[in-house]
Amino acid sequence: MSRIAVRKTYKLYIGGKFPRSESGRTYEAEGQNVARASRKDARDAVQAARGAFPKWAGATPYNRGQVLYRLAEMMETRAADLSRSCSGRREVERAIDRVVWYAGWADKLPQVLGGSNPVAGPYFNFTAPEPTGVVAVLAPELPPLEGLVSRIAPVIVSGNTAVVVTSETRPLAALELAEAIATSDLPDGVVNLLTGYRSELGPILAAHMDVNAIDVTGAGGETTELEILAADNVKRVIRAGSEQSPWEISAFLESKTVWHPVGV
Amino acid sequence: MAAKSPATRAVPSPLEWEYAPAPEARDILALEDRYGLYIGGEQVAPRSRKWFPTISPATEEHLAEVALAGPRDVDLAVQAARGAFEGEWSALRPAERAKYLFRIARLIQERSRELAVAESLNGGKPIKESRDVDIPLAAAHFFYYAGWADKLEYAFPNRKPRPLGVAGQIIPWNFPLLMLSWKIAPALACGNTVVLKPAETTPLTALIFTDICRQAGLPAGVVNIITGDGSTGAHLVKHPDLDKVAFTGSTGVGKAIRRELAGTGVKLTLELGRKAANIIFDDCALDQAVEGVVHGIYFNQGHVCCAGSRLLVQESIYEPLVAKLKRRLRTIRVGDPLDKNTDLGAINSRMQLDRIRELVASGEGDGAEMYQPPCRLPERGYWFAPTVFTNVAQSSRIAQEEIFGPVLSVLTFRTPEEAVEKANNTPYGLSAGVWTEKGSRILWMAERLRAGVVWANTFNRFDPTSPFGGYKESGFGREGGLHGLEPYLRFDR
Repeated sequence: MSRIAVRKTYKLYIGGKFPRSESGRTYEAEGQNVARASRKDARDAVQAARGAFPKWAGATPYNRGQVLYRLAEMMETRAADLSRSCSGRREVERAIDRVVWYAGWADKLPQVLGGSNPVAGPYFNFTAPEPTGVVAVLAPELPPLEGLVSRIAPVIVSGNTAVVVTSETRPLAALELAEAIATSDLPDGVVNLLTGYRSELGPILAAHMDVNAIDVTGAGGETTELEILAADNVKRVIRAGSEQSPWEISAFLESKTVWHPVGV
Repeated sequence: MAAKSPATRAVPSPLEWEYAPAPEARDILALEDRYGLYIGGEQVAPRSRKWFPTISPATEEHLAEVALAGPRDVDLAVQAARGAFEGEWSALRPAERAKYLFRIARLIQERSRELAVAESLNGGKPIKESRDVDIPLAAAHFFYYAGWADKLEYAFPNRKPRPLGVAGQIIPWNFPLLMLSWKIAPALACGNTVVLKPAETTPLTALIFTDICRQAGLPAGVVNIITGDGSTGAHLVKHPDLDKVAFTGSTGVGKAIRRELAGTGVKLTLELGRKAANIIFDDCALDQAVEGVVHGIYFNQGHVCCAGSRLLVQESIYEPLVAKLKRRLRTIRVGDPLDKNTDLGAINSRMQLDRIRELVASGEGDGAEMYQPPCRLPERGYWFAPTVFTNVAQSSRIAQEEIFGPVLSVLTFRTPEEAVEKANNTPYGLSAGVWTEKGSRILWMAERLRAGVVWANTFNRFDPTSPFGGYKESGFGREGGLHGLEPYLRFDR
């Protein structure tokens, strides 16, 4: 007699836990039942991200770099599972390499994006980048894994925390990735993943007063409404490219300038 | 363990407190009887057929036999590095090159305790320093430069960075594995291959590192380690097929290398000697400054190329500072480097001990006042008690020459201008320290000190992201940070 497989229940990933949607809603995607996150789930995710922010932003850049590298290690060991959830092995490898590439930026950002400013006066003046805070990410529909990783890594490497709305039609890659994240050293709440309807979750996050920036790369050009909603707390609205670049990181950074007098 | 104090005394004086031994276990380290040269990814016997012993300076215990590379061995090592550079290593995409460096960083972390024990055993430095400073920093250095391997175009916008080729690298004995990482990590990240010679007295961690290269699967010939003495280094520097020489060591040897390479076009970086000033203003946080001074000079037995060996104290706080310093010196625990409580370990070699003794004698001869706290030094091995000289003339040898030992000279000044003048009055310029609670004064001093690193209200801090290197006769080129990439690259424009 053939064995009947034990199937996985696909749930949300919030604050390091895998809850169902509080709404009890699900939808079918890729032949699987997945959670359909609600306004309250989004709120919980923002709360988890806000809670994780001070510690993650305060971690040393060296530590953040190592944690991201650890995530790449976890992804590599789950490459087979991840491959089944996206276009295949090549996409997984590109996604892993991208995480490693961004891991290397953690302790180099101020050296490329900051520096001292030669002001005309007896002052020492320097500018250093700092993370902006909680970032909402609307991940691209495709490629499901590489697109997602390409948006998450530049957000979190500098110390931001993220609430991500995954690909609506291909959410399984994100849920596999969540398991890699959960077993890496990434602190709970740094990355939170919501599956569901983008048209429902996007505006909720764009309007949320405790979200500092929203990455609308995956919103497919229709961003007018999101931009209007984002104005209430002057959210940064970021529309990024698909290439890896330090400018993808700098989009989610604030610049802080410090003055100090020079003299005996 | 309780002190053996007379029964009549109810409370033992703190000075008689003894610490129970807390030795780090040695069994984590399995040494081989003999170590060959690491050339082309293999341990090979030296063509020179010469071997020399490596010992523990704390006990003079024999640890292992090590190959002494001759000219033929140097040649083979350079050939192996050239072959790897022209073959597999240059064919590799930078992102893949990075992964080898990440692997090495991870393996150093994984094997950190073993490396720390080897470092303390072979070099004499306290285990708490090798465990908490040297080895973690070495791993961090590889991790940092791993990230640069595929990002060089961001470090040098509008230029085309390319590797140089084969680098010959010579490192000192004061931070063996850390100096190895300072040399190898940026060289490999930039796409070069290397031949590295560890110091004569401290080859062990470099030899364990060869096993880490094996575990990392690093292509053969990318890293070659040749042990030996000064003659080995001289052969390496003179080898006609090098594109780069990096040397950390004495100013005398550095100058000789500069002459040797004249006209060859070989790219050179030198990290040489110093006589760092540690400047204490009267508005400093005094206790914090005393701790900083102690750390600045007695860290690693004073075997630090940037050690704060020349203390410049503002006259108004001279007496309280010296009193506090002497009292602090009495609490420094000198002894077994493998004991976790040890602050000051063994002097690295007989030769170095002789040099320290000679300079200290000259200081006494010059009329300076010497203070050493009461401490029992072990009978075997190479030891020197922490030493402070007061009443030191600016012209005295102990105020001018690099002692490279736990010996501090105290001088005074009245005004910030005088402090700057005295601090800069040396042919060296590697580092300086400033102690004051006034931020504007720190920056004013930093602008005027002719030194590559200025520490304010701290001393002897190192980080892979932070450039390090000297002004004047302390050498040229920087190691660490974005600036540490340039010495290992050439640019088409």
